[in-house]
Order: sequence, then structure tokens, then C-alpha cells
Amino acid sequence: MVRSGKPSEASWTGRVPGLGTGLVSYEDSISPEFYELEREAVFKRAWLNVGRVEQLPRKGSFFTKELTVAATSVIVTRDLDGRVHAFHNVCRHRGNKLLWGETPRDETSGVCRQFMCKYHGWRYGLDGELKFVLQEEEYFDFDKSEFPLVRVHCEVWEGFIFVNLSREPSQSLPDFLGPMVRGLEGYPFHLFTERYAFKADILSNWKIFLDAFQEYYHAPILHSQQQVPALRSFDTGFKVPYFQMDGPHRLVSTGGWKGVPRHMSPPENLYPIEHQVQAGMMGPWERPDIPELDPANLPPGINPGGLDPWSISNFQIFPNFVILLYERGWYLTYQYWPTSHNTHTWEMSYWFPPSRNASERIRHEVTAVVSKEAGLQDAGTLDGTQMGLESRVIDQWPLCDQEVTVRHLHKAVGDWVQSHLRDGQPEGRRDGEAVRA
Amino acid sequence: MTTPMLPDTFADLEPFAARWCIETEAARYTERLNSTMADMQEFYDAAFPRVPDAMAHLDGFPLHDLPERELNLLHLVYSLVMVSLPVDVWHQPRVIDAGTAYFERHLEPHP
Repeated sequence: MVRSGKPSEASWTGRVPGLGTGLVSYEDSISPEFYELEREAVFKRAWLNVGRVEQLPRKGSFFTKELTVAATSVIVTRDLDGRVHAFHNVCRHRGNKLLWGETPRDETSGVCRQFMCKYHGWRYGLDGELKFVLQEEEYFDFDKSEFPLVRVHCEVWEGFIFVNLSREPSQSLPDFLGPMVRGLEGYPFHLFTERYAFKADILSNWKIFLDAFQEYYHAPILHSQQQVPALRSFDTGFKVPYFQMDGPHRLVSTGGWKGVPRHMSPPENLYPIEHQVQAGMMGPWERPDIPELDPANLPPGINPGGLDPWSISNFQIFPNFVILLYERGWYLTYQYWPTSHNTHTWEMSYWFPPSRNASERIRHEVTAVVSKEAGLQDAGTLDGTQMGLESRVIDQWPLCDQEVTVRHLHKAVGDWVQSHLRDGQPEGRRDGEAVRA
Repeated sequence: MTTPMLPDTFADLEPFAARWCIETEAARYTERLNSTMADMQEFYDAAFPRVPDAMAHLDGFPLHDLPERELNLLHLVYSLVMVSLPVDVWHQPRVIDAGTAYFERHLEPHP
């Protein structure tokens, strides 16, 4: 019997303590019981990105975020002093949801000075204090100050707004993010205000979709059409040149297909529209001439593997937030919001520096369209993956070294669940600091 | 003669304007899925070679203050981008292997 493969000690997988190289189970993605544990152990304890500060441009700006996974909704707002707060979106009077869009299940946003309940008109300040009670004299032994909106822990990092639904987070946001993710600090995220935002209802467990965007082993096959027909191969594959793990977070970094960034590929290797417009899936060919985006001015942490050429760094921030930085001067974000053990709502945003003319805007459009079509292939396939797993024909599956990130995510989720079951504390708390890979 | 939708120098694309000057990506995607490959190929063959001219023409105007006919031209270029993948890559209106997946673009820049 001939067994093939690489030695564990020479692999990305082998470098991560405790990860192992054995077969894995995806019971965590098909079991309603595991989903209930995951809600408590992960989503009610980890820091969750709910948006960016640009969504709160003014004093009194607010938006709501549905967190079905935690059976709640939060209001995120900027108060008159400019501070960002988050509250549970529940009126203290009779439990009515305070703010909603078209229906109580729809998110909303706007600008106001006070939040007023649609039911009996109780009003709250931007700091959550109860300001007005209709016919207050009809209540009994009543003190308004005892009924503020219920505060949710909220911290801002590099303009990204995070909430934590636990009573007392076991780690501050910077400690939770750890040094690898914090290597992004200083990247000029605030310059990227031209946003293209997408939403989708996906027929799979959230981790199954997350897996699809954290490995590139599938790219030459599922996305074979990203290459012109002459370059397609179903036999050669693609190797990621750099992986890194830090605590529950992961990084995948690449330097382009076969080491050639797309914008440097000869025209015959490109689709006509890319060449015609000078933009494609990896962004516009020209990086905008903005000094803050000059590679010399970027923090080294965006390309910690020191890849040259470097194309993408894909930061997988536990549990469900992804930042993908592109060398051509733009970035992508994904969020995966579970709605049941086998469905989730997925969000994707493209962020560019504001177009200064129509040509730049058209190039951004090409990138947003071409890239979205690749994502549709991933999303379309998930339905089939979920069905295959739910058949329970098999319960142990192999993962190769190029899928180290998949192995790592399922282990991290499992560790948080086990830790929660053991002592009610999330992973990383017991020794007082984050567990680092 | 009806009022032209596009700038005079793009009169050759006027036959496609009523159908393909579409403001939002969601509506452009819908139009694509409802189109035959022959329709999209005809539009592509006419509009693709004019894209550099359109970009140069539009860059002569402030992006956020485009006259109506220029705005229509910009929307027409967006539609060309939308049909270019079915024509060049998929050879069908739908993305190959996209199953039932649908991504709703609910927020985008204007124009």
C-alpha cells in the first residue's frame, strides 16, 4: 500500500500546535444541537463586527443590526459628543423593538436626537437614558433613571465597530484581535468611502461558506473560467505561498496566479473587458495616486509573509468577519450571520477610494461585477456541500495542507464550545491571555 | 425622430439606449438574465469598441454633475460591463455553477 503526502512537520498545518492532520468531522455544520451551543459559546461571547464609523457620519446618526444568531438586534449610534454606543434594540416598557425599517425584521438607519418607541412613545437619548415617559404620573414608585436602554459592549478599532454581547467580555477588543490582525493598524481604511454592499440568503451553515473563501485550493477548478480557456487546467492546482494563524484568527496571503499579478498579465491572458477598461477581479490596473496607498507607506502587517509580488491578504477574523486587502488599493469585507444550523445571511462590501472621474468609477464597476460572479459560483456550490454533509453518508473527511484554514476554523469553534461547556468561559480566558498558535 | 438619449457622438449606440441605460446593478442583472445571448452579443459588438471613447468623453465632465445624456451613457457602459461576462466567459446569461445563488446589491454609489 502506497501512502502519499507531505511530512506534517514541513507543513503549514504541522506548525499550528494541536491542529493535527487527521480526518475531520463537519458535525459542527449540520447539527442543530451544535448550533445552539455555538450561539452561546461563540456569538454571545466573541467580538462581532457590525459596521464602520462611516455609517455614523454625524452626531445622532444611528443604524440597527439584526443579530438573529443571538436572538437580538442592536442599535449603534453616535452621541452628541461623538462617542459610539450600542444598545439592545428593546424598549424598557413593554419589550417592543424600538427601531425598525419596513417591518420589525428589517434593519434601519438615520439621524435623530432621541429614539422614540412606536408603541407608547417612550423616548431615549443617544446615550440610552430614558428621557420621556408618557403620563409618567400614572406609574408607581417610578424613577426614569432606572430604565435606560440595555447597553451592549462596543469598541471601535481602525474605524470598524465591534460589539460583544456577553455581560463582561473576557478580553478587550485589541486583546481579542491579537498581534496578527492588529498588524493592519495604520492602513488608511477611512479613505475607502465608495462602497458597494451586497446581501444574500445562503443555504448552508455559515462555516461552510466561510471555508470556501479561506482556501484557494478550489480556485482553479470551481473558478476555472477566471483564466482564459488556453490557461485553464484541472490538473495543476494553485499553492498559497503564505498562511498564518494567531489565536482563533487566520491569514492567507497570495502573490497572484503563478506569481504574476493580474494587471501584469499579457493581454492574451485576460478577458477583453479587463484589457479594454484596465481593471478586473483584482481591481483597477492603476493604483490610485494617493500617498497613503503607496506601498512604502503601508503598515508591514498587511503582508506579514513579505511576499513579492504580493496581491491579496485575506484576514479571517474570528468568528465571522473577513477583511481582504488588495495590493491595487482597495478592500473587501465579508460577514457571515447564522440564521439556523444550515442557513445564514451573508454580507459583502467592496470599498474603494471615491472615484474622481467616470473612468475610475467604471473600473470599480468592473471589479465589483467580475468578483461578484466568482462569489456566485462559491455560493451556488454551498447548497450542494450542505446537502452532501447532511446526508451523513460520511462523517470523517480529509483536509490537505492548502486547507489548513478550514481545519483551523472548525477547531477554533470547537475549542470555544468545549471551553464554554467546561467552565463557561470562552477560549483564551483561562490563563489570562489569548491562546496563540 | 425621438429625442436622443445619448450624446451626439454616440448616436451609433442610440438603438441600445432605451433598453440598456439602466441605473442600478440589480436592474442590470435582471435585464441580463431576461436577455437572449443574441441580444447581448449584438449590444456587446456595438458598444464594446466604443468603451474607450465613452470613458474619455465622460471624463470631460464632473462625475457628480453629469448632464442627462452623459449619465445615460455611463449607465450604458455599466450595462456593457454586465453583459461582457455572459458574452466573453459564460456563453450563457447565468453564471456557470451559480445554482440558486443571488447577491442583492443594496447599496452602491451614484452615479
